[in-house]
Amino acid sequence: MIMDFFWAFVVGGSICVIGQLLLDIFKLTPAHVMSSFVVAGAVLDGFGLYDKLIEFAGAGATVPITSFGHSLLHGAMVQAEEHGFLGIAVGIFQLTSAGIASAILFGFLVAIIFKPKG
Amino acid sequence: MITKDNYKQSIKSYQPKPKYFINCLKAFLVGGFICLIGQGLTVFYMEMFGFSTKEAGNPTITTLIFIAAILTGFGVYDKIGQFAGAGSAVPVTGFANSITSAALEHRTEGIVLGVSSNMFKLAGSVIVFGTVAAYVVGMIRYTIQTLF
Amino acid sequence: MKQGKQSWLFNNGVYIKGTATVSGPKERAGPLGQTFDYSYDDLYCEGKTWEQAEQNLLDQSIKICIEKSKIREDAIDLIISGDLLNQTVSSNYTARNYGNPFLGVFGACSTSMQTLAIGSSLVDSGNCDYVMASTSSHYSSAERQFRYPTEYGGQKPNTSTSTVTGAGSALISQERSSIQVEGATIGKVIDFGADDPLDLGSAMAPAAADTIVQHFTDFNSSPEDYDLILTGDLSSVGTPIVKKLAYQAGYDIENVHRDCGLMVYHSNQNTFAGGSGCAVSAVVTYGQIVQKLRSGELNKVLVVATGALLSPTIVQQKETIPCIAHGVVLKRVSES
Repeated sequence: MIMDFFWAFVVGGSICVIGQLLLDIFKLTPAHVMSSFVVAGAVLDGFGLYDKLIEFAGAGATVPITSFGHSLLHGAMVQAEEHGFLGIAVGIFQLTSAGIASAILFGFLVAIIFKPKG
Repeated sequence: MITKDNYKQSIKSYQPKPKYFINCLKAFLVGGFICLIGQGLTVFYMEMFGFSTKEAGNPTITTLIFIAAILTGFGVYDKIGQFAGAGSAVPVTGFANSITSAALEHRTEGIVLGVSSNMFKLAGSVIVFGTVAAYVVGMIRYTIQTLF
Repeated sequence: MKQGKQSWLFNNGVYIKGTATVSGPKERAGPLGQTFDYSYDDLYCEGKTWEQAEQNLLDQSIKICIEKSKIREDAIDLIISGDLLNQTVSSNYTARNYGNPFLGVFGACSTSMQTLAIGSSLVDSGNCDYVMASTSSHYSSAERQFRYPTEYGGQKPNTSTSTVTGAGSALISQERSSIQVEGATIGKVIDFGADDPLDLGSAMAPAAADTIVQHFTDFNSSPEDYDLILTGDLSSVGTPIVKKLAYQAGYDIENVHRDCGLMVYHSNQNTFAGGSGCAVSAVVTYGQIVQKLRSGELNKVLVVATGALLSPTIVQQKETIPCIAHGVVLKRVSES
């Protein structure tokens, strides 16, 4: 159990370090970094590698935005097994629905209740 | 001699370099810490509600998104972000912050044209790229699977 | 009167009758805090939105300037003002509080000296008796227009600058006072190919150097003739570059140069490379510099406000950043 926490910390931190290097050395914007990471997550899942990372690192792999890409592809593939090509479109947002829906809901509520501090 | 033609090159020596090592260290520690909290939440949901590892993923992500949205509302997340850089942008909390901060900022333009229309100003690219990538990779993989 | 290639000499005697500076809380806490006429306690400046806050800053600076200049509001022949927001709304919406003729101008962060130069020219020519030259900027309204929502957690690099929340106004007339506006040099648009909107200091340095050098040429003067050559917001990145460029053109400004952006905040106020915005040159010039000219600590000052003429859209289209700088000479004279 302790090892789970250790690897979550190390792997999650390392993925963030890669992001930081993209920001500092290549001078990409945070939006560029997040977009490339989400694509990377989808590609890694395409090779079947991201599931292995999740098994190994737990939250260290599910919390970074890369896992969003993984979930998008994963959901698409699950539906594709059943419904062929058309299934891809059906499945894309299946696993990521909770994340997107809650981000929209909480973002909306916070915007209504709070005021920016500048 | 600085001239118009060599300007971008010549000024490199005047531009302070980012503190590469310190920035990476801060990103590592904060990013790792957020994932640590995520791991703790996963274990919590598994123990308290009997979720499986896979099932616990959704409530974990949702809880982290909630925390990030609240911290954004209190004006704290931007300070964390300046300190941690990618350490707070890369985890899903960064995604939540980009949605919440845009929605919050545009409240003054009303709920429909302000909050709702601008919410995805910064996060839109993540969703678009993720969807397009999933489509392309999905198509390729499915084609390969069907053919072989 | 035309002077040299790009400059104006105000022969008929143009003077600053009064000035006013207003700031936000962060600037109040900075090294020049005590030189401002008024400071608000928080960023909202008693408004409901960032845009209203900026209008309040500008409005306060005009009101205080009118009070300090001891003139009637309806005596002002022209209010000339500009700011960073699209369509210069801060200036437009503030001017609607006044019944005076209005000209809105855009010069990005060079607006303070742009309005002072144009206003002085109108007074010199006799087209106006009293001109109010003003400008404002606000950290959050600039941030949300040019960069990111204010609560966004994106990390700013150490080359970026922090927009000053403030406003500055000057009342210009032919009535003699101890501060004469001797002349002005109008800048050309200069683009040396800098393309990083998070490092505007190095983008603007060539424009500042070009105007400074042209000023020396037009007036047949040199750095020794001035107690102070002040640039607006070149920041810690652009300051060494402008000195190098001026030196290459044969002028050593090392001993007399200072940058407003580096004067307005303490180094521990988290402002990266320094302060920026239309207000930075205005609150420094119309505050501390005018006070030092009155007291005799300074005699002749060249203020060169620098502006980056970009928009977020055009930079996203992979364009570079053209800049401009306008210079005005302020001279201490006897009051009679």
